[in-house]
Amino acid sequence: MSNVPADLKYTKSHEWLRVLPDGSLEIGITDHAQHALGDLVFVEVPEAGRTLSAGEACAVVESVKAASDVYAPLAGQVSAGNPQLTAEPQLVNTDPYGAGWLMRLKPAAGALAGAELLSPAAYQEFVLAEGG
Amino acid sequence: MTHEPVIFEYSASGRGAQDQWPAAEEPAVLEDLPRELRRAQPPALPEVSELETVRHFTRLSQLNFSIDTHFYPLGSCTMKYNPKACNQYAMLPQFLARHPLAPESHGQGVLGCLFELQEMLKEVTGMQGVALSPMAGAHGEFAGVAMIRAYHRARGDLERNEIIVPEAAHGTNPATATMCGCVVREIPVDAQGDVDLEALRAAVGAQTAGIMLTNPSTLGVFERRIESVARIVHEAGGLLYYDGANLNAILGKVRPGDMGFDVIHMNLHKTFSTPHGGGGPGAGAVGVGTRLLPFLPVPLVGREGERYRWLTESDLPHSIGRLSAFMGNTGVLLRAYIYMRLLGREGMQRVGEFATLNANYLLRRLQHAGFDAAYPQRRASHEFIVTLKRQARELNVTAMDFAKRLLDYGFHAPTTYFPLLVPECLLIEPTETETREVLDAFVTAMSQIQQEAEQEPGRVTSAPHTMPVRRLDDVRAARQLDLTWKPKAPP
Amino acid sequence: MAFIPHTAADVEAMLGAIGVGSIEELFDEIPEKLRIGSLAGVPPALNEQQVGRLMSERARADGTLLNFIGAGAYEHHIPAAVWAITTRGEFYSAYTPYQAEASQGTLQLIYEFQSMMARLTGMHVANASLYDGASATAEACLMAVRANRKSRAARILVPSTLHPHYRRVALNTTHNQGLQFEELPYEAAGGVLSVARLARYAGTDVTALVIAQPNFFGCLEDVDALTDFAHAHNMLVIAVVNPTTLALLKPPGEWGQRGADIAVGEGQPLGVPLSSGGPYFGFMTARQEHVRQMPGRIVGRTLDVAGKSGFTLTLQAREQHIRRAKATSNICTNQGLLVTAATIYMALMGPQGLARVAAAAHARTRELVSALTRLPGVRSAFAGPHFHEAVLLLDRPVAPVLQGLAARGIAGGLDLAAFYPELGPALLVCATETKTQDDLERYRTCLGELMQAARAA
Repeated sequence: MSNVPADLKYTKSHEWLRVLPDGSLEIGITDHAQHALGDLVFVEVPEAGRTLSAGEACAVVESVKAASDVYAPLAGQVSAGNPQLTAEPQLVNTDPYGAGWLMRLKPAAGALAGAELLSPAAYQEFVLAEGG
Repeated sequence: MTHEPVIFEYSASGRGAQDQWPAAEEPAVLEDLPRELRRAQPPALPEVSELETVRHFTRLSQLNFSIDTHFYPLGSCTMKYNPKACNQYAMLPQFLARHPLAPESHGQGVLGCLFELQEMLKEVTGMQGVALSPMAGAHGEFAGVAMIRAYHRARGDLERNEIIVPEAAHGTNPATATMCGCVVREIPVDAQGDVDLEALRAAVGAQTAGIMLTNPSTLGVFERRIESVARIVHEAGGLLYYDGANLNAILGKVRPGDMGFDVIHMNLHKTFSTPHGGGGPGAGAVGVGTRLLPFLPVPLVGREGERYRWLTESDLPHSIGRLSAFMGNTGVLLRAYIYMRLLGREGMQRVGEFATLNANYLLRRLQHAGFDAAYPQRRASHEFIVTLKRQARELNVTAMDFAKRLLDYGFHAPTTYFPLLVPECLLIEPTETETREVLDAFVTAMSQIQQEAEQEPGRVTSAPHTMPVRRLDDVRAARQLDLTWKPKAPP
Repeated sequence: MAFIPHTAADVEAMLGAIGVGSIEELFDEIPEKLRIGSLAGVPPALNEQQVGRLMSERARADGTLLNFIGAGAYEHHIPAAVWAITTRGEFYSAYTPYQAEASQGTLQLIYEFQSMMARLTGMHVANASLYDGASATAEACLMAVRANRKSRAARILVPSTLHPHYRRVALNTTHNQGLQFEELPYEAAGGVLSVARLARYAGTDVTALVIAQPNFFGCLEDVDALTDFAHAHNMLVIAVVNPTTLALLKPPGEWGQRGADIAVGEGQPLGVPLSSGGPYFGFMTARQEHVRQMPGRIVGRTLDVAGKSGFTLTLQAREQHIRRAKATSNICTNQGLLVTAATIYMALMGPQGLARVAAAAHARTRELVSALTRLPGVRSAFAGPHFHEAVLLLDRPVAPVLQGLAARGIAGGLDLAAFYPELGPALLVCATETKTQDDLERYRTCLGELMQAARAA
């Protein structure tokens, strides 16, 4: 059973969200997702300033087996992509909820309240039901 | 031999195979070329002598497994013997020297071979028309799906853009559909390996352009209800596409046209024994039923009385058009033609029979040796699947480990981890050109590896031990890209 | 027959092991009415002696014309070592190198090929080849759409002086994915593109500009100005080039300020015989930042578990990766055998040998043009520098002239009537290092006689 921290929110496409003190959001992929992909060889994150709509493909995580799109859980503007991932994509494997964060997002007004997010328990159930 | 340097490491300034070079021209010859369009430095190609070159590439060849040296039971690839005669006669000097745009009046020999190849392929597949220009299986797939789209469009059926694909299909199938602007809909196969007819009935409708199928399927078994599948799809207004990757199983026994398929591609580098060449060139000839004849890709060979000529866009105004710079892989097509003339009608009937005999024999012997077949109740076609999920669970030894250890025993591994449906699978295709002794030796090797897996698993999980390299770090290869040679920086 | 080694004893033993009485029983899952009785439409088997004779007769019937056609396929001397080694069974009958430990020969060869092609084109990375130059051009257009983040339009500018077949193939391969091509006209005097005329595209969304060098007419484009214009307007540059000419001409990686983004072309001139149009191979090279958008196979160098250097297919996740918003490709092969031949050819020729071949082709073509335009009724179509090929204008239809030349054993060139009717009677000719002064003289004499006879008639 993969690691699912209690203080985060989750999506059905295996992203996690952390609300930062200044109200912006930190986003990455879950432990379950990094495990399924295997050792990451390349990560592409969006540039700061880019505007995203909910559900928009905004990043790519690539392993030897597969390359997957990562989707914006809600609308907002990118304030930063994690610069360390160019040289060290494996941070997503070793520390998916910490140093392996993908991007930081300033949510659009009302976007967080209206987003379809799962609680840790609901995400765990979802993963089990998927057969993970 | 364990290490052969990269050819650049032999390079020495001023060296070269001078006997191969034309005489030098006067420098003045290049004066009419503007300076700003000229290259400032010569290209940094290696400078090596002829013997160094011959020795280097000969040594490289000796690092390979090949059909000529090893049993190569790669499922879905049909690694049968490539007859030397096919190469020798396809490479007669007149065939090699002919320019693609040379006058047809001086090409009736080669055009005759290509026309007869078209006719023979029609006969063995039960189709009404054949085009030879697609240059690979995936290229033929593209042509096939493009023809299906063109057919519906020509009838004003613009909303038909969905292609149905069984979940066990080869990855190129959905990729081809997407490339043709279609949407892919996957349907499941049942526990026996046949397409789920209920799921199919639910999936077809006014949006269905067609279905892409392989028969026998990628699971190594014959789609027993193929006639029902054909009826369901045709009644809904869709067409049937046949992926010819497994044609070797049924060559001479069953014809895709008789099964109801409207369009097929054939892999001439599989069933018709043209060389795999380390990754190509292939040839993906396409065949069609009457409905799709107007849409065939050009050029193809036509006959008027005693004369052959190329048919082009003006002869086929509804063609999906030209897909290659010239006429496709003519040299490959000549090899397929020679192969089919060597086999003749009698030989082609035996191909399906003996490919199936060898596969069923090998399956039965492996089962007696304790290995698990994925579909034990079914006949093998020309290939079958063995699953090693029990070994993975009980011994922590995977299909990948078995594959690597087989290399030490002098066998190229079967196809691994395809189809994705069956966990820890080996897809095994012996082909008809192997002797019983070779098949028995393969079974012996598999049994020995099983014993090692039980008694000394480390030997298997760290295999291969005797190859020029051990297991390679794929992750490092993709993270630290080293795709071209660079000289070492001086210390 | 069919290379099946089984004896009757083998068959009996094997059927016994399986537990069936006959081979036919193994097909009992197949509905009876689908089984065919015989393949009456296929001729009976021939043995190797008979096939050899049949093929020799057909080859003799075709004979060999003295070749002056270029138009995308070029006759060059191919050293004997190239195909002696390429047809070794270990190369010829090997599969795609998926089991890397058993395929180090093929993999290292492809790595060396990638290295040579990158250097020849002045670019950073190369793939393991594509089907041919035309499909490589189509793939480059799809790649440019993926790679050009600043462009939403999927709009490609293509010169009308790009090989006509390449333009057709690009269109037929990509139109289902919404790519749009706009053709750029050539200047009548020089047979090349005008940078000034491109100004109308400034401020519009164009994804890429295709530049052929030399172009189909053999004329030389102003590649620096064209490249700089494209980059100044957020277009990627796709270069379509002949590899032999790159021994002497500035390679795409050095065009303009930044260099071309993608370079493709037909690799056939590098050690592959004309063989009626195939098999050939397309090459593709690119700048480093585009490597993840490159289609096809790529070989990388890495280490094995013992720390030893080895080669493997890499970046394979791209091949199945389908980005819904962007164009895709289904290609999953390369032209392995031809790449083998080309790598050996490039090693034998080296930079000096290849430069000599290019210079000789230039010289012989110039001499041919010079000799033929001395005949009444023959003149050059275009002013300005050309390389390796040239267009001649005749004072009468070309087709009967070519027929007459063929009857005299000469393939005189390509009639351009079907492709560029605006030129009037036009003939594309090419002479490479394979042509001697006697060959050129024979062409001149025959053409002179034909034109004179036609005039008299």
